[in-house]
Amino acid sequence: MTAVAETLDAVQSVTDGGYKWGFSTDIEMDMAPKGLNEDIIRLISSRKNEPEWLLAWRLKAYAAWLKMEEPNWAMVHHAPIDYQDLHYYAAPKKKPGPKSLDEVDPALLAMYEKLGIPLKERAILAGVELPEGELPQVAIDAVFDSVSVATTFRSTLAKSGVIFCPISEAVLEHPELVQKYLGSVIPAGDNYFAALNSAVFTDGSFVFIPKGVRCPMELSTYFRINARNTGQFERTLIIVEDGGSVSYLEGCTAPMRDENQLHAAVVELVAMDDATIKYSTVQNWYPGDAEGKGGVYNFVTKRGACRGARSKISWTQVETGSAITWKYPSCILQGDDSVGEFYSVAVTTNMQQADTGTKMIHIGRNTRSTIIAKGISAGRSNNTYRGLVKVLPKADGARNFTQCDSLLIGDQCGAHTVPYIESRNRTAKLEHEATTSKISDDQLFYCRSRGLSQEDAVGMIVNGFCRDVLKELPMEFAVEAQKLLAVSLEGSVG
Amino acid sequence: MLEIKNLHAGINDKPILNGIDLVVPTGEVHAIMGPNGSGKSTLSYVLSGRDGYAATEGSATFDGHDLLEMAPEARAALGVFLAFQYPVELPGVGNANFLRTALNAQRRARGEAEVDAPSFFKLARAAMKALSMPDDMLKRNVNVGFSGGEKKRNEVLQMAILKPRLAILDETDSGLDIDALKIVADGVNDQRGPEFSAVIITHYQRLLDYIVPDRVHVLSAGRIIRSGGPELAKELEANGYAGMVAEAA
Ligand SMILES: Nc1ncnc2c1ncn2[C@@H]1O[C@H](COP(=O)(O)OP(=O)(O)OP(=O)(O)O)[C@@H](O)[C@H]1O
Ligand SMILES: [Mg+2]
Repeated sequence: MTAVAETLDAVQSVTDGGYKWGFSTDIEMDMAPKGLNEDIIRLISSRKNEPEWLLAWRLKAYAAWLKMEEPNWAMVHHAPIDYQDLHYYAAPKKKPGPKSLDEVDPALLAMYEKLGIPLKERAILAGVELPEGELPQVAIDAVFDSVSVATTFRSTLAKSGVIFCPISEAVLEHPELVQKYLGSVIPAGDNYFAALNSAVFTDGSFVFIPKGVRCPMELSTYFRINARNTGQFERTLIIVEDGGSVSYLEGCTAPMRDENQLHAAVVELVAMDDATIKYSTVQNWYPGDAEGKGGVYNFVTKRGACRGARSKISWTQVETGSAITWKYPSCILQGDDSVGEFYSVAVTTNMQQADTGTKMIHIGRNTRSTIIAKGISAGRSNNTYRGLVKVLPKADGARNFTQCDSLLIGDQCGAHTVPYIESRNRTAKLEHEATTSKISDDQLFYCRSRGLSQEDAVGMIVNGFCRDVLKELPMEFAVEAQKLLAVSLEGSVG
Repeated sequence: MLEIKNLHAGINDKPILNGIDLVVPTGEVHAIMGPNGSGKSTLSYVLSGRDGYAATEGSATFDGHDLLEMAPEARAALGVFLAFQYPVELPGVGNANFLRTALNAQRRARGEAEVDAPSFFKLARAAMKALSMPDDMLKRNVNVGFSGGEKKRNEVLQMAILKPRLAILDETDSGLDIDALKIVADGVNDQRGPEFSAVIITHYQRLLDYIVPDRVHVLSAGRIIRSGGPELAKELEANGYAGMVAEAA
């Protein structure tokens, strides 16, 4: 049994209407005062016993951030964010490691229960040790608020030389790796939200796959936003050395809130010669109520560097949540013959706004990229695909195929496709296809006349529309994503 | 038994059906013929519950159930099936997945156990064989890229698998080659029995050589103007509608 599969039940429970995962947990918090300044950054750094270089790096990012302005080119609108009105550090009160579930904070366990995480895995998440001989299939590094409260299955992974741990721990235990790669794909001053993250990130995941190792299990993280007014700034760093491979799953839900919650994560991927990274996301954060009130603002910077020859990075995302999504997982195709892929489904309903897409930067020879983006808009939402394909002069034989399809449900929503193409190499071949369609009454009636309910009919048609993306997801995630799509569009037709 | 009494209906307030009376007793197959635009497809849509096709007067019941009050999917679960004149394409939706989901939705609604994947495929393969359809049709997306004749055959496949108690076939014979016509007719004849009734809408006597109807009705300007035995179809084939329509006016 995997937590991912079990989450199906949790997804199912959403069918009963509304957003069921909106709850928050009362666990004593160790919280920094509101506001952002150098002292807060020093506090975060010292709480985590960070080395001097990292503090210096954070302070540099902060200085860069102060000079930057919030980007305004995306097709999203929101009230100004008061960055001084947020807490930048919150950690669950440290308790000595529990010996059994009885010793675990009941509020934490209750939260896992609401999430539909099976008993055994609750124990693991809460840091209770697994009985000998049990080999789980999915390793979970749970980010509970800003600090990873539990990291699991590390011993299994460690046997094959894989490092999978909270990044705060990696900073202490593998400083040479972190220092070498942190910010090497997304520099601290890359953009407004990345700079903010670099200054104040509190935790996230670190993965290192050594030469020639195929990671023996899929790696998964659950993110939770839990503390009131706490911005959430995860930092994820995945490094795969020559010939290694890993599949990383990220999925999340968030408690219901009245204030808008800021989320600005940074994910950096590095793939060396012949390395493969598959990064899959199902994002289902609270989108706000029907009027858009209270949803999560999701400003994410995700970028992968295909540094080695024949390396491959594949981003697959299913985005159904958040009030605002600002997210462009990208690939820098530096190694010759390297491959970048982006498969995306973005669903917006009610008042949701999504401006998402990808960047494929072709630097090496014979680099190839594929972009398949499916946008589904319903209600009064706005869904924008924004993509850049850039071919630099040395990228002989570069290829890109882009397919952007929009599906409209109702006539009050918007779908926009904004492709940017820059080619500086004549041998490059770039193809772009785009379609916009509606769920037709004919299709709905056809399905219903065969016995499907209106909602099942919508689910079936939408899943058909997204098929090319869903088939890229790992099995359990694909099933979960299909349900999620159907559930999130419930009530948006007819 | 299908009972239609004084049925008036329109499309978005435009009257199309002007008082239809029709009874199809259980176990019988009736044919409806009539000029283009006379309201045949409209009748099939009203009976199966398409949005925008609203009855303004009269009634339509099946085995005592008021069809006009029911959602399309509830009618399907009751056993009403419409083979579309123009079958609809569902991109990305596999034929097998579609059919199994539909079958199980109907079975759930009737309180019956769902059919698991292996039994479904057994059922489906047998039905495809009977209709001379290649197995890979199950893997393809519903009607996407199907030829006109393949789409019609796919409708009959759905009927064979869903096993309705009342099948309405709207010009299922149009666009079929001669061999396919025979195969499709056999597909319908296979369903015939004391529990199965059908309304067959067609323009061609030829189909009725293969599926011999119990009754033939002529629909003109939203009304049934003549009813008779199978010989009525032959009369129409010989003389056309003009005389009959003039007589009724
Ligand atoms: N959406 C619509 N809006 C307005 N009028 C419509 C609409 N759909 C059909 N009609 C009209 O309703 C009438 C009946 O159409 P219907 O499709 O029922 O005819 P039919 O008997 O099935 O014809 P055919 O033999 O050509 O299939 C026609 O005059 C048609 O133009
Ligand atoms: Mg017609």
